[in-house]
Formats: sequence, structure tokens, C-alpha cells
Amino acid sequence: MNLILDPLAWLILLPLLWATLAFVATDRYGPRLAIAGLVGQLLCAAMLAQDVASHGSIGHLAGGWAEPLGIRLFADGLSAVMLLLTQGVALALVLYARSYFSQATPPAFWTLTGFLIAGMNALFLSGDLFNLYVTLELVGLAAVGLVAAGGGAAQIAAALRYLLATLVGSGAYLFGVALIYGSYGTVSASLLGQLINAEAPIAVWLAAGLMLTGLLLKTALFPFHFWLPPAHGGAPAPVSALLSALVVKASFYLFLRLWLGPFAALTEAQPWLAQLPAALGASAILWGSWQAIRADRLKVLIAYSTVAQIGYLFLIFPLFGTGALALQAGILQVTAHGLAKAAMFIAAGTLIKVSGSERVLGVAGAAVHLPVTLFAFALAGVSLMGLPPSGGFLAKWLLIDAALDQGHEWIAGIAIAGGLLAGIYVFRVLRLAFRVTIADDEAAPLRPAAVLEWTALALAAASILLGLFAMPLINLLAGVTR
Amino acid sequence: MNLNELLPLAVIASSLVPALLIFTLPEESVRLRTALNLFAAITKIILVGALLIGVRGGEDYAFRHTVLPGMDLVFKVDALALLFVSLSAVLWLFTTLYAIGYLEHAPNRSRFFGFFSLCVTATMGIAMAGNLFTFFIFYELLTLATFPLVVHRGTPQAMRGGTIYLAYTLVGGALLLAGIVWLHHLAGHTEFVQGGLGNALHGINPTILQAVFLLLIAGVGVKAAIVPLHGWLPQAMVAPAPVSALLHAVAVVKAGAFGVVRIVYEIYGIEFVQTLGVLLPLAVIAAITILWGSLRALFQDDLKKRLAYSTISQVSYIVLGVALFGPLGTIGGLVHLVHQGIMKITLFFCAGNFAETLGIHKVSEMDGAGRRMPLTTLAFSIGALGMMGAPLTAGAVSKAWLSDGAAAAGMDWAIWVLTASSLLNAAYFLPILYRAWFRPAPDSWPHEEIAARGWRETAWLLLLPPLFTATATIGVGIFADAAFSPLAWAQLIARREYVSLGQ
Repeated sequence: MNLILDPLAWLILLPLLWATLAFVATDRYGPRLAIAGLVGQLLCAAMLAQDVASHGSIGHLAGGWAEPLGIRLFADGLSAVMLLLTQGVALALVLYARSYFSQATPPAFWTLTGFLIAGMNALFLSGDLFNLYVTLELVGLAAVGLVAAGGGAAQIAAALRYLLATLVGSGAYLFGVALIYGSYGTVSASLLGQLINAEAPIAVWLAAGLMLTGLLLKTALFPFHFWLPPAHGGAPAPVSALLSALVVKASFYLFLRLWLGPFAALTEAQPWLAQLPAALGASAILWGSWQAIRADRLKVLIAYSTVAQIGYLFLIFPLFGTGALALQAGILQVTAHGLAKAAMFIAAGTLIKVSGSERVLGVAGAAVHLPVTLFAFALAGVSLMGLPPSGGFLAKWLLIDAALDQGHEWIAGIAIAGGLLAGIYVFRVLRLAFRVTIADDEAAPLRPAAVLEWTALALAAASILLGLFAMPLINLLAGVTR
Repeated sequence: MNLNELLPLAVIASSLVPALLIFTLPEESVRLRTALNLFAAITKIILVGALLIGVRGGEDYAFRHTVLPGMDLVFKVDALALLFVSLSAVLWLFTTLYAIGYLEHAPNRSRFFGFFSLCVTATMGIAMAGNLFTFFIFYELLTLATFPLVVHRGTPQAMRGGTIYLAYTLVGGALLLAGIVWLHHLAGHTEFVQGGLGNALHGINPTILQAVFLLLIAGVGVKAAIVPLHGWLPQAMVAPAPVSALLHAVAVVKAGAFGVVRIVYEIYGIEFVQTLGVLLPLAVIAAITILWGSLRALFQDDLKKRLAYSTISQVSYIVLGVALFGPLGTIGGLVHLVHQGIMKITLFFCAGNFAETLGIHKVSEMDGAGRRMPLTTLAFSIGALGMMGAPLTAGAVSKAWLSDGAAAAGMDWAIWVLTASSLLNAAYFLPILYRAWFRPAPDSWPHEEIAARGWRETAWLLLLPPLFTATATIGVGIFADAAFSPLAWAQLIARREYVSLGQ
């Protein structure tokens, strides 16, 4: 295919381009470049989704070189969904960030964001394990940079902790890749599937263990979540949103790909293995929710909610039976949580900016002062609780359905209990917002810029509407090979 | 898309669109908001009128939209749906009028009316839901949309009431969800079918079906305030009076009772429920709720709390009617769905008037209120007499059909329950009427806010709605045999449910 018209290549090149330009441009032009670039990327992602919907998966060698010189780009319905989600959420977040940082933008914010998105897009489009490592590293380092860009001592400490986790995670992954290359002499995900199916020496089991564990660390699945609450809770709101909504999903995506692709032979040989991620997922739901219920600071509450919501993603692994329910449930959860969590973090950012208090108690009276932002927070909460109509609800429904289908009733029970726990921490915030504050009538706080309120509402509304119009997403997933 | 698909959507839109518009209105635009509210309520009534005529003539109205493979959002307007839709649509108009008067000069009215319209939207969705999936979507939407209304005042008591309300309804929703997905998994779909799912349920382990039935009924039983799931209702009475009207008559408890009707008749099918052996336990629970609610009402001094316990008792009349095997009981239960709504909304309007006008919140403060506010007290008396089942009122019609149903089903004990409940109703309502009419008025009222002007004892908008609904209480009693009366409509439904059974 002609490179000029290739949406796959542009999805990686465009963010690299505007990230670099933003580095040399002043702060004035950074956001404009980012917005223009993301609009282009969103169009590319839409074109790609259209293509995948009509032709099934598409893949080719960028630049026309054969492997191993050429870089193999590959996209199917799953990649298309991830790409659409990433570009859509990122666009809303840069619009928000532009206004949020109107006083002072953290150093290199736009550049790091561009590299982060380029890394994620490349990750969704790569088909070989080594390139995937490179993208993982790019995403991880850019994300650490964004956390550190907050500047305070707590942020630096959180960033260092995050750096440690992400380096150990990708180190384990790289070690696994090396073992695999040593065993088979290839790192192509599509070739490895058959090779591992034919013969799996002990080194490959070790490699799979290292790679998957490394990814769990990066995804912050319980008990590897220790780095997430300080990093996501301490970063500036647009960064928190970016990390919670998208970045943890990138390593989950890779985990899922490996599980269903190259390592399918291993996981099918030992079916009990699938219980491990599910058990950790269930623990994550219970522990994360409990911590969110107890949290004192608003953004820490939301960060622990992410810990819990990641748990749902891993409940699907024992449920890949004959049907497509489990995959649909997982990807709907990724999408719905991505939209809702981004909305919730930036809504919280606005609430904190206006009230001046980082504590949950600072929300008091927001129903009167900041109705639009609070409404966005509430709608996002509806999706997180899995209440209808919302994408989170459909994901939960499919998960319970799949659990009953495969005879894992306990997973259905966990999903329902998790929804109730989410209800506790979401309504903990919402009911406070309705409390009448004393100085209610006089000196109403300043209204924030409209874009801060409406981007949050748009993302939250998208997570709700997903609950009524999920068929395009389901249809995209129909062609995903497992 | 043809008209028959469009009409159900229009019924939803006629309150959803105004809700969204009202949210965006600034607090000061009172006239625009009022106009929008009334326009929406009247539009809805016109739409419902068109549907009533169509459905009576055998027309089918359905809208279907696929959400997930094999799972559709379905709106289906059948006779049963319309029973609930028309009740809510008409009472919405009166409640809106009342709320405009009640909340005059109160803060945050845009938020209030926005969520109010959203509640009505949810109720319409519940009524017209064509399967349990759709039912659940709107059932939970109702929970979410009522919460801001319950805590509207923002006081610590309101917060407490709201939290308890949420705790009950969210857990109820979780149970309902578990039941629905389980049923969906077992039967392959959850469409409401006259006569029940039939073959789809045969061959499934009866114990599992009983468990699913328990989950479903517990799920809707929370909103229907069936004992022991009723604890939220007396707490939620801290909300403003129009919200109480919404909770007790227009939407919430009705949604629960309506859910019981759908689940028993159109999911399991009344005969199958009977063979499963869960109909009698349901009747017993309903009977316990009827007596328990009435007993507790006796001991409440707070007027709205007394009314709340009365609601707990009265809503289970509907459940009891459903659980009496046979068309007479069905008719009694269904007609009470409407009749209880009209009577209870009258009582809550009046309680709101006493509180707003004179600051009366307690039964013990009611002395002489009839002299100061004769019209309100008259409306209250009609509502109360109706609840007792006095002749020529709506309540008499309900109770007659329920008793006949119990006799026909051979459940004589249910007749005793109904009689005992009527006596208890009299025991907790008559003292109020006695105090209001025959005791001398105190020197000063607890907190007189609205002065009497001539024979206008309180604000217009507070006075007219209860007078209308009180008139309706008598009207539906006297003209029970008219063509579009609630009774005639309940008979139509019962005829259709039981005809499909015979086939």
C-alpha cells in the first residue's frame, strides 16, 4: 500500500511529528499542534476501523521491506477499537489540558503526551514481540515523565516508584522475548503460535511466565498495583486521566493478545492457569473498592477505583470458551472504563481546581456550584458501577452471562458485588455534593472555563451512550481471531 | 420507521427531552421552565390518549433496537403497559402543577424539575418495557433519577434518607440483575409474553426456577416495599411533598408492583408460577406486608410517616391480587395499581398543604385543621375514606374485586386479611379526620406561612391538584363501569392475559 495514504503508518507518524514540533515550538503552539494532530489521527483510526469492518484484519510491511528488516504493521478489530478509544479520549483530554494548564504547562507536557500516544498506537499495530517491547518502553518512559512533570516532591517520589515498576515490568518482558528468540529464532507473534503449539520447551514456559507477569506489573493488577495510586492520584488531572483511561489498557491489551495468540497453546494445555488472573482480578476488585471507599483524597479514591476496575478485565480469562462473550465483555469494559475514568478524573480536576481542596470533602455543595461537572462525574460513576444504561453495564451483563455459560458462578457473584462496592464509593462523593454548604448563597466560587466542564461531560456521555449503541464495537470484534 | 414504532418513542421523548432542556435552563427562567413542564405533561397525555384508543382497538405498538447480539431494547405498548403509563402521565401533570406551587421561591428548581421529568421518563420505560432487559435499564434509571430528589433539601436528614434509599434500591437492583441474567441464560431470552415464556421454561430444574423467581421478586420487591424490604420508604419521607407523591403514587413503589405483575404473568405465567409452588408464599408475604404496614401506621405521629406505612400496606394489595390465582384477583390487583395511586397522591398533596400552609407535620397537631383549611381537609378525608374502602370510592372497588378474587381462589384467609386491614386503616385514619374536623383549633398554628384569603385557604396551585385527585377518587368509584375507567381497563387486561392462557 502507498505509505502516503496508509492510516496505519500515519497513526504512528503523526503523534511523533507533533510531539517533536511541540518540543521546539513555544507553549502557545503545543496544544494547537496536539489538537490538530489528534483530529487527523482520529480520522485515520476511523478509516482503519471502516477498513477492518469491511475486510477483516489488515497487515503489511511498512516501507515495503521484507521481514526482518521491515516493520510489520497489523490491525484487526481489536486494534481498531483500541485505536479509536485512544485517539478519541486523547483528543478530549488535550482539549481539557489546554485550558487546565492555561497558567503554566508542566515542562514538555505536549511532547511527552505525543510520544506516549505514538507508543500506544505502535503497540496496537505491532505484530512482533520485540517491537512490542520497544513500544512498551516508550509508553512507560513517557508516562513516568508525565507523572514527574507534576513537579512536587510527592510526584517525583511517585514517578520514581512508577519508573521502578515499569522498568522491572518491561525488563521481565524483554528477558522473556530473549528466551523465545533463543528457542525459536523468531519474534513474530503470528509465527510463534504454531511453533509453540508444535513444541514448547521449558524455556518457553519460563518466557511466557516472565512476559505475562511483567505485563501484569505494568497493568497494576493486584497485588502489583502498589505504584498506581500515588502515580495516578498525584499527577495533574489530565495526566491521571491519560494514565488511568489508556496507559494501563495498553499493557492489558498486550497481555490479552499474548494469551489468545502465541501462548494459547500453553494456556489451553493447562486450563487451571486461567484461574490465576481471574483470582487476582477478583482480589483487585475487592481490595481496590475497599481502598476507594476509605480514601481521603478524591483523586486517590478514583485511582483505587481504577485498581478495582482493572480487576474486571482479568475476570474474563477462564471464560474463553466457545462463544465470543468473554472477549466482548473484556473489550467493552476497556472501552467503557476508558471513557468513564477519563471523564471522572478530569471532572475531579475541575472540582479540585474550583474548591481548592484535594479531599473528598471538598466536593460538598458542588451540585449547586458545578452542576455540569458533577453531572459528568455522576454519569461516569454510573458506568463504573455498571448501572444501565452504560457501557459498563453491558460489559457486566456479558461478563455475568459468560460466567454462567462457562459454569464459573463465582465470577458472576464477584461482578455483582463489585458493582455494589463501586456504588458505595461513587455515591460517597455524589451525596456529599448535594450537601448544603453554609456560605451557599454568597460568593459562589468562580465558574471554570466551559471547556473544562464540557469535555468531561462529553466523555461521560460517551460511556453512557455506549450502553445503547454497542453493536458497531461488537461487530468490529467479530473478526478477531483467537 | 412507521407511526406504530414512533409513538412509544414519542412517549419517552416527551419527558426525556424536556428533562434535558430543563437542566440547561438558568434558575431564574421560571416562566419558560413552567411552560416547558406543562407543555411536556400535556403532550404526553395526548400521546397516551392516542395509544389508549389504539390499543383498545387491538393495535400493536412496538419499537425494537438491538443493543447486543440477542439482546434488544424493546418498547411495547400493550394494555398492561398503558394502565401504568396513563396513571403516571396523568398524575405527572397534577404533581407538576403542585410542585410549581410548592417550590415557589425554593432554590435549585431547574435541577429538581429536570430530575423529576427524568423519573417520569424512567417510569414510562418501565411501563412500556417489552423484556426484562429493558425493564431493568429503566428500573435502575429510576433509582438514579430519584436520588437527587430525595436528597434535594441537602439537610442531614435528607442525606440519611437518601443513603438508606440507595442502600436498599442498589442491592435490590443487584439481585434483580442476577435474576435477569440467570433467566436470560436459562431461557435464552426475557421477552414479556402474554401467558409467560411457556416452553422456554419447561425442562429447567424447578429449584433453579424458584431461586430465580426469588431473586426477581426480591429485586422488584424493594421498590414495592414488601416486608422485610420496606425500610427505605418511611425514611424517604424527608423529601419534599411532590417527591413523596412521586415515590408513593406516580413512580417508584408502582414500578416495583408493576414488576411483580410482569414477572408473574408474562415471564413465568400464572399457571406455571402456581405449579412451581411460589404463588402461595407470595400471597402470604403480601398479606404480612398488608398487616404489618397498617399496624406500624397506627403508631406514627408524623403524618407523612403514617402515610408511608399506609403505602407499604396498600401496595401489597396489588401483590396480593396478583398472587390470587384467578382473573378476579388479577382485576382487583391491577385496578388497585391505579386506585391506590390516585388516593395516595391526594393524601400526600394534602399533607404537603398542611405542612406548607400551617406548619403541621404531626397528627397531634391536626386539631381543628378542618376549619382553617376545609377544602384540603375534605380532599384528605375523601382519600382516607377511599383507603378504608368506603362505598362510592375507588378503594371500595379495589377491595370488592380483591375479596371476590380471594373467595374464588378458595383463599378465605385473604378475605380476613383484607377485612382486618380495612379496620386498621380506619383505626389510623379516623383519628386524623376526627381531630381535623371536630377538635377545636389551637390559638396559633405551628408555623403559619400562607395566610387565608377569603375561601382560598392556601395557594391556588397547592389547592387544585388534591381537589382534582379527590374528585377522581370518587369518580373512578362511581363510574367504575364506564368505557375507559381503570376497572374496565383492568378487565380488558385480565381478559387478554387469561385468553392467552386458554390457548
